[in-house]
Amino acid sequence: MFDRGAIINVRNVGRHATDSVLRLGYAARFFALTLLHSGTSFRRVSLIVRELYFTGVLSMIIILVSGLFVGMVLGFQGYQTLKTYGSESALGVLVALSLVRELGPVVSALLFASRAGSAMTAEIGLMKATEQLSAMEMMAVDPIARVVAPRFWAGVISMPLLAAMFSAMGVYGGYLIGVVVIGVDEGSFWAQMQSAVDFREDIVNGVIKSIVFGIAVTWIALFEGYDAPPTAEGVSGATTRTVVTSSLAILGLDFILTAFMFRGI
Amino acid sequence: MAADNLVEISGVSYAYDQRHPVLTGIDMVIPRGKVVAIMGISGSGKTTLLRLIAGWFKPTQGSIRVDGQLIHELDREGLYRMRRRMGMLFQFGALFTDLSVFDNVAFQMREHTDLSAAMIRDIVMMKLHAVGLRGAHRLMPAELSGGMARRVALARATALDPMLIMYDEPFTGLDPISLGVIRNLVRKLNDALGSTSIVVTHDVQEALDIVDYVYYLSEGVMVAHGTPEQMRASTDPLVHQFVWGEADGPVAFQYPSRDFSEELDLV
Repeated sequence: MFDRGAIINVRNVGRHATDSVLRLGYAARFFALTLLHSGTSFRRVSLIVRELYFTGVLSMIIILVSGLFVGMVLGFQGYQTLKTYGSESALGVLVALSLVRELGPVVSALLFASRAGSAMTAEIGLMKATEQLSAMEMMAVDPIARVVAPRFWAGVISMPLLAAMFSAMGVYGGYLIGVVVIGVDEGSFWAQMQSAVDFREDIVNGVIKSIVFGIAVTWIALFEGYDAPPTAEGVSGATTRTVVTSSLAILGLDFILTAFMFRGI
Repeated sequence: MAADNLVEISGVSYAYDQRHPVLTGIDMVIPRGKVVAIMGISGSGKTTLLRLIAGWFKPTQGSIRVDGQLIHELDREGLYRMRRRMGMLFQFGALFTDLSVFDNVAFQMREHTDLSAAMIRDIVMMKLHAVGLRGAHRLMPAELSGGMARRVALARATALDPMLIMYDEPFTGLDPISLGVIRNLVRKLNDALGSTSIVVTHDVQEALDIVDYVYYLSEGVMVAHGTPEQMRASTDPLVHQFVWGEADGPVAFQYPSRDFSEELDLV
């Protein structure tokens, strides 16, 4: 006969798998409902503007400072490598392409997930735990339309803007180190960057990535909050899951998007 | 007469899953204009019953009529229309923590009506004045004491002059003064607004002073009902133990367990 412990283990694996599929289904339904109930947010733009302040404006400091530092590091590292091949003048291209194609969207999305995503999860989870969402439902106001949808659209709008600020700050950081500190020729730094960075291939693709990351992070953060068990432990677990799941989602999606965008090369 | 009853519940059973029934065969009427208490110990299904009346869950069996309409057969639109005429006070107030006291009370008016800002201000001030907190309209919920939060929540629940006000454990965790204030407000607001109120509570003495009628639930079954005087005089052992707060009786002090002498290995 089978060992009882083994049967329990197999059953647990099965339950874990069905639970995960079920949760994915809930998340998909939640996403569909959010889109369906977005009308209120667009009729009352002030709801989105308020959330833009909390998710976007309050994330600016960390995004700008990180962008500057990443750009400065790129300036040092890029110069070291390019010098070996005698092409220091291409430093501007290296800094700009790295930022616009990859680092801008990815790093700013990771920072956004930990700064704004975790805050969204905790806020909605606590609203649920303190029955604020139930109270709203009882007042005949749909919490998905009133609380979730404005936050979703604020996240989707802020993400590409934050990524653009990150990249701009990074380019400035690269310029500070490359041109001002190390002394690379300023003219070739900007000229080569201008001619090598393609609007469609590089900038638009970067923006598409950041929009996709914005949707993914905000969706995960809002769902985790909305689905959190209404206890202190439940909310803290949900906040952790938001950061972990959205970080992995960003990296996974980045690989997929990059593979599609550069398949012709 | 049916029209005299705002809420009519007949043969209602409810279970989250088949093995664990929460409510079984509940019959109850809530007459218009009255304050009715639903009492019982924790876990007796009181809050579930309140949520069934609010259309939160659908009963597994039986029917619930609110103002003549079967609440569990309403679609989402119909339910929301009905809920605009209901107010609910949650156990700890459930105020929106990101909105000020004023905005909390104004919330429903802004969501559901086209009233001008000046009109909304006047109504909010009147509602806050009724609960004695007009001067606190600028405060945030975090700055309020438990009793004040409960009063603001009461002003919010009555903002649209509801036909039915539901209270989920309104007296829990309050100091004696706040408790007295809330208790009197429950009665006064009901009479002033011409509403009907349902108070779910286990604070017996506070509730018995102000309600017109009491339903007593135990383990999901309606075991007794009557006026407060009848409940005080009841000889039913379960009701007697509850009303007089006796530690032991039909509801045992000890959680079901093995024989004590066996537990200590004395046998």
